[in-house]
Amino acid sequence: MLSAMSFSWEAYRSGATDVAPIVAGILPFGLVTGVAAANVGLAPHEAVGLSALVFAGASQLAGLALLGQGAGFVVIVMTTFLINLRMAMYSASLAPWLERLRPGTRLGLSYLITDQAYAFAILRFPHEPHVGRRRDYFLGTATPLLALWLATTWAGARLGVELPPSWQLEFAIPLMFLALLAPAVRDRPGLVAAAVGALLAIALRGLPFNLGLVIAASAGIAAGAVAEATGFGRRADAAASAGVSERAPGRAPDRGEERP
Amino acid sequence: MNHDATPLQLWILFAAMGLVTLVARASFLLLQDRWTMPAVVRRALPYVPPAVLAALVAPALLEPSGRELLVADVRWIAGAVAVAVAWRTRSILATLGVGMGVLWLATALAGAVA
Repeated sequence: MLSAMSFSWEAYRSGATDVAPIVAGILPFGLVTGVAAANVGLAPHEAVGLSALVFAGASQLAGLALLGQGAGFVVIVMTTFLINLRMAMYSASLAPWLERLRPGTRLGLSYLITDQAYAFAILRFPHEPHVGRRRDYFLGTATPLLALWLATTWAGARLGVELPPSWQLEFAIPLMFLALLAPAVRDRPGLVAAAVGALLAIALRGLPFNLGLVIAASAGIAAGAVAEATGFGRRADAAASAGVSERAPGRAPDRGEERP
Repeated sequence: MNHDATPLQLWILFAAMGLVTLVARASFLLLQDRWTMPAVVRRALPYVPPAVLAALVAPALLEPSGRELLVADVRWIAGAVAVAVAWRTRSILATLGVGMGVLWLATALAGAVA
C-alpha cells in the first residue's frame, strides 16, 4: 500500500534545518557522555557502541555511573528502562500520526525517538497532511541527531577531555530542553500540564531511577486533559481558536488520506 | 572507577539496555495494530510534550552551581532570564545564547563581588 511512497528530500531537509540550532545543546551532552564512558574504562569503540545501541543520553550517563560502581546487570538494565519509560509516552503521542506506515518502518522510526526529535516532530506533524512527509521530516530531525550523538560520544571518549568546568557548558543541556518546551506550551491546558509536570518533577527529584520524571510527566498530562475537559482553557483559546481546532486532540490525522 | 566486565559482558549489557529502550520507544507505535487507544488516552496525548519537557527541564534548571550573585545562585538567575527569552522569542539559538551569556556574566560578577 504505502511501500512505494516516495521519499521527500524537501521534508527531510526541513527537519534537518529545524534541528540545526540545538547542536549547541547536543555537543556538551555527547562530550560529557563520552568522557563518562572513558572514566569507567570503556574504549572509544565501546562508547560509540553504547551510543548506537541505546541512543538516549540520560540513561547512558546513569548506566555508566552504575557500571563504574559495580552494579549488577539487572539493576543497570532496569534503570535504563525506567529512565527511558517516558519514550513510551512519545510513542503513544506519535502513533496516530504514523499509523499508516508499515510496521517495519514504524519500528525503524521508533529507534530514532529522542526527546529532541520528538519535540520537533510533534510540533510539525499537524502541519504535514501527508504521512510520508511526516516520516521524512522525522528522519530529517533524527538522523543528524544520531550522527552527532555518535561523533560527540566518540570524541569525548577518545579525547577524554573534560570540558573546562568554568565554561559550565553542561548548563546548555537544560537550556536546550527549555527552548523545546516553550513552543510546546500552546494554550492554558498546556500551561497547566507544564506547571504540574515541572513542580512535581522538582518535588520528586530525589526518587530513584528517575521515577520522579515519569510520575510528574504522567500527572502533568492528566492535569492538562482535565483542564481542557473542564473548559479551563476556553478563554485563552478564544483568540486562537484556529490553532485549537487544528490540534483537535484525539483526532486521527490520517482518516481518509490515501484511502479511496 | 573502572568497570570489571569482560568485553562480551559489556556488549550483552549494551544490547540489553538498547532492547529495553526500544521496547519503550516502539510500544504504542507497534501496539496500535492490535489495540485501539481509548478516547480518553487520545485526548490526553496533546499534553505529552509540555508535561514531559517541563518535567525534564525544571529540576535540571534549578540544580544549583554553588556560586551566588547577591541572593540567588547564578544558574537560577540565568535560568529565569532564559525562561523569559524562550517564552518571548521561541528561538532555540536566542535561548541558548542568552542563557549561557547571562550565566557567564553572572559568574564573572559573582567572582568580582566575592
